[in-house]
Amino acid sequence: MKQFAELIEVLATSTKTTAKLEAIQDYFAVADDTDKIWMIALFTGRRPKRSVNSALLRGWCMELANISPWLFEESYHTVGDLAETIALLLPENDQQHPSEKTLSEYLNILLQLGKKEDDVKKEFVTSAWANMNRNEIFVFNKLMTGGFRIGVSQKMMVNALAKTTGISPSVIAHRIIGNWDPATISFSELMSTEHTDADHSKPYPFYLAYAIENDVADLGDPGHWQAEWKWDGIRGQIIKRNDELFVWSRGEELMTEKFPEYNILQELLPNGIAIDGEIISLAEIPENDAFAPLPFSALQTRIGRKNITKKQLSEAPVGFIAYDLVELDGKDLRGMPMAERREKLATIIGQINQPFLHLSPVINFTDWEELKSIRMQARDKGSEGLMLKRKNSAYQVGRKRGDWWKWKIDPLTIDAVMIYAQKGHGRRSNLYTDYTFAVKDGDKLVSFAKAYSGLTDKEFAQVDSFVKRNSIEKFGPVRTVKPELVFELAFEGIAASNRHKSGVALRFPRISRWRKDKKADEINSLEDLKDMLRAYNNQYSAKPADDKK
Amino acid sequence: MALIEFTDKGLFCPAGGFYIDPWKPVDRAVITHAHSDHARWGSKHYLCHPDSKPILQLRLGDNDYQTLDWNESLNINGVNLSFHPAGHIIGSAQARLEYKDEVWVFTGDYKTEDDGVSQPFEPVPCNVFITESTFALPIYKWAAQESIFADMKTWIAENHAAGKASVFIAYSLGKAQRILKPLAETGIPIYAHGAVYNVHQAFVDNGWKLPEVRRVTAETTKEELKGCIVIAPSGAEGSPWIKRFSPYAVGICSGWMQVRGNQRRKNADAGFALSDHADWEGLLAAVNATGAQKVFATHGFQSAFSRYLNEQGIEAAEVKTAYGNDEEETVSEEQNQPAP
Repeated sequence: MKQFAELIEVLATSTKTTAKLEAIQDYFAVADDTDKIWMIALFTGRRPKRSVNSALLRGWCMELANISPWLFEESYHTVGDLAETIALLLPENDQQHPSEKTLSEYLNILLQLGKKEDDVKKEFVTSAWANMNRNEIFVFNKLMTGGFRIGVSQKMMVNALAKTTGISPSVIAHRIIGNWDPATISFSELMSTEHTDADHSKPYPFYLAYAIENDVADLGDPGHWQAEWKWDGIRGQIIKRNDELFVWSRGEELMTEKFPEYNILQELLPNGIAIDGEIISLAEIPENDAFAPLPFSALQTRIGRKNITKKQLSEAPVGFIAYDLVELDGKDLRGMPMAERREKLATIIGQINQPFLHLSPVINFTDWEELKSIRMQARDKGSEGLMLKRKNSAYQVGRKRGDWWKWKIDPLTIDAVMIYAQKGHGRRSNLYTDYTFAVKDGDKLVSFAKAYSGLTDKEFAQVDSFVKRNSIEKFGPVRTVKPELVFELAFEGIAASNRHKSGVALRFPRISRWRKDKKADEINSLEDLKDMLRAYNNQYSAKPADDKK
Repeated sequence: MALIEFTDKGLFCPAGGFYIDPWKPVDRAVITHAHSDHARWGSKHYLCHPDSKPILQLRLGDNDYQTLDWNESLNINGVNLSFHPAGHIIGSAQARLEYKDEVWVFTGDYKTEDDGVSQPFEPVPCNVFITESTFALPIYKWAAQESIFADMKTWIAENHAAGKASVFIAYSLGKAQRILKPLAETGIPIYAHGAVYNVHQAFVDNGWKLPEVRRVTAETTKEELKGCIVIAPSGAEGSPWIKRFSPYAVGICSGWMQVRGNQRRKNADAGFALSDHADWEGLLAAVNATGAQKVFATHGFQSAFSRYLNEQGIEAAEVKTAYGNDEEETVSEEQNQPAP
């Protein structure tokens, strides 16, 4: 545990990628195999199921530190991280570690702890706290409360493993993806080909695109490129092997159960196939090939739920727009030119012939100028822009420049005034960085969006200082602020919503700039927002998900 | 009538007719210490501790200064004023006001740990205690100075071994003097930024014995700077002045480094939670030692601190003041240049 806590300390404080990479390699060099496997699991989002809830942890901490709940909350909002708050509040331990457990030993106990009585949990956790230093307590708490968001990307993890094992990064990326259980697999099994072959659910690492950086014309001969619409759903892979169907999201979540629409593919697809595409809510249109995407908010009603009701199924039916074919007849097609993969994909989609399953349409264009004007229609199509793919490109691993580019349309924008502020988390702790914005509705202000990003550190510091000087009231961690600062918000889409006072929900709102040149009475109105809603969104939403009143 | 009133110009003593640490120009200003948020420009008359005077002269220029030493007292219109060590920086004082059997104390900024440089904090019994509350949450518990100094030395040794300079970001008045001794013990030459050097020299000229620091001049060679120690204020980060020490690592010395999010935000290579303010336990100990019947908490987590004190049976209220912006230091262009 000591080694792991030290690793976290280096990763959390180091500002340089090379130093982080070295720290992970050093850890691999000294840690035993069971700890390595857990470390890989934790850093790739395979956190053990929560066995001790945060209310219990808070309670024990308050008891040991002898502080009241409000003071705990006050501290938590300043620190911005529960695990760290507890580590800072607990009384200092004088004694050295009498019973040092390893990372995997702690995790194995935590795995068993979920079913136990609260006093058993308390005994284990508080005695663990009593034998650790502050940094170890922080890391131990993180094991119980949440993921390790400490600036280690999947890519960095893969590179460190590649350096340690001598296996190439793209092979490593494939081996650590998918369904494996850190409690039962060994490090050498995970790194072996046998494991990859044995796990027939395993998806391929997704090939992801960067946003295009220069003029499209710099891409050269348009004849070498394929253009498709970019859809705003969840990127996914549908896989059938050994007569079983698997649906994976790009976030490496197995989502097969969430989309019963796809169940029929278990019969219709051949074995040994992997199709890459977009999981997306589609309005039913009688004509065969046509489809109309619903806003992302419709798909949201389908994810994050255990049981899906009939109502949700009918209000937000889910389809699949197929982009690529990465495996066929059990063979890895990733090295094949995209144009050839696409031909095979078209044949299969045609044979299956299901109304929810579409081949991603290719946009015909002869020169870049023409494509530029076609791109302007994206929002009308319910798309967020274009994808450009080199026709002879391989299906690569991870985010790569060169062969695939995304070319999104400019976001929608609106000017709004900040009315509430709250302290941020992580590197924004003790700084007011989470804001709620309002537009005007007659004489009143109506809140419609929250945004956390888009300002520079310097601007955040200025706004923070404004909030501290101009707060009107305090509701728990939230301050109401004098409505004075005007910001331009950018967002990707807008949908009707009865969960928000304003009646609209924005997609990906963020601050695009601070309008220091504008006064609060010069902001946009609720009517402006509703105009946008009418103009951009509802043309296909025959049954908006939440327009029931 | 209250002995001290909270006005929009600062803390005002109506009976004595003077202000303490006013943030707007006034006729008579009593100054607890020379940090810029407590000692501001434009007043007609300044009263301070003798050790604060050279820094006020350096920062505010020539003015009408009067000094009052420890164990002295001054009668101003019937109000007895005296200074008592606050332990925050060299010369930092608590102001004690006595009038008709009532005693009020304003702490200015203070810390309860003896840092070996500043005159150590002395609790002063009083009826009403006006305390700072910069770090008034139980998450702020400082490690002993010796253990932080040991961490700093280990960090310097690692940097030195890797051929890197160790740049310490520290407030030029206070923290810079406090860390000098442990840094000097490494035997590695210490270079001071202009802002740090000016304060340093003002103390040396007034008889303070401090370890030697060097200035970078036009003649200083790259070879001399390799692996050295640097003390600079936060305003110097990212300046050309700092870049000359490349390769280097940056370590920030501040109580805010107690929380890792702050450290990440500052993008520092290391954070040392070394503060010149009292931590939670220090604040509580100070309040208890005064035996005050009423406490006012200012600049910091004043609402949490006053609420906590009320729960403990000590009558307390929060007061808004304009103090507490001393963490970010502005540095002039001139100070970012090498010395002539």
